[in-house]
Amino acid sequence: MKIYGVALLALCFLAGQILGTYLGDWLGTGGNVGGVGFGMLFLILLNDRFNLSRHYTTESKDGITFWSAMYIPVVIAMSATLNVKSALTGGWVALFAGIIGTSASMLLIPWLAKKFRTKSN
Amino acid sequence: MELFNQILIKNGLIFAFLAVGVLMLITNLLSRYFFKNKIPGVALAIGAALVLAYFGNQHGIADFSLFGGMALLGGAMFRDFTIVATSMGASFNELKKAGVAGVISLFLGVVVTFFIGGGIGYLMGYRDAISFTTIGAGACTYIVGPITGASLGAPSEIIAISVAAGVIKTIFITIITPIIAKKIGLDNPLTAMIFGGIVGTTSGVAAGLAATDPKLVPYGALTATFYTGLGVMICPTVLYFIVKLILN
Repeated sequence: MKIYGVALLALCFLAGQILGTYLGDWLGTGGNVGGVGFGMLFLILLNDRFNLSRHYTTESKDGITFWSAMYIPVVIAMSATLNVKSALTGGWVALFAGIIGTSASMLLIPWLAKKFRTKSN
Repeated sequence: MELFNQILIKNGLIFAFLAVGVLMLITNLLSRYFFKNKIPGVALAIGAALVLAYFGNQHGIADFSLFGGMALLGGAMFRDFTIVATSMGASFNELKKAGVAGVISLFLGVVVTFFIGGGIGYLMGYRDAISFTTIGAGACTYIVGPITGASLGAPSEIIAISVAAGVIKTIFITIITPIIAKKIGLDNPLTAMIFGGIVGTTSGVAAGLAATDPKLVPYGALTATFYTGLGVMICPTVLYFIVKLILN
């Protein structure tokens, strides 16, 4: 039953939201601190655990993979509903943050590769 | 016509499914035939969506009642629900395969990009801790930015900047990867895994590696799938507190 997968996903999501919100409250920052991350962690753990069971069928998993495939369309809808007009003053920030941030981290690749290559030899 | 519009407004969420589907079809065709797969259709679609949002005001295109459903489809509930669903593809056994090199490159990739991205925002006038964190998170990926921004209560225009930064990153990676592949030694599985962990955005990594050497795609994607998860976990929490400590 596909709804089993959807329900499992809903459970992990809500547990993450609850944990994140209480954490935010406890830390005094308010809001939802890391709730999505906790939800993802719960789903990975439960998914790994249930994979051992024969009751966890491909059809149940389809209930989750459908929503996972909907993430790109949702991100597109989200982008279309942002306040882009007032963000435009910060357009250069986006350009520089995107390009310089990425370039700098890319410089680490040869160094890391060398470090791990010599270690494994 | 009035009656016709009313039907679409009444079924706003369903119409939003149709609208996003049509937009993605157009951008995927553009990506394939016009850009010869050099720029991923996803990046084009998000870019187009940001342009469409420009025609509205505070809520982008959703300010037009016809597209009101976009606010629901792109709202926090669906966004967070679907992003949690994406972790379905990940498994700790997979992460073990990536090994220590994969994990270290993931952490370095998120942290370095975050502080440089946020630092650039800071230099350009976005000096409070929430803006720093949101823009830095957006420099990681266009999904980590809005999730971080929403959980910290950042204003919509800061979130828009963070999404734009993430989209530019994806396009940049796709174009630059084949060009610099030789220089950074990107010709073996180990380097591909480090590459995936360092740069992170799955669509950019997959497109960039496919243009370099298709055999390397699964290795890069293996680590890149964990990047967003790690980002949404540490950006609004640990990294935000560090930023707050530094800026205060």
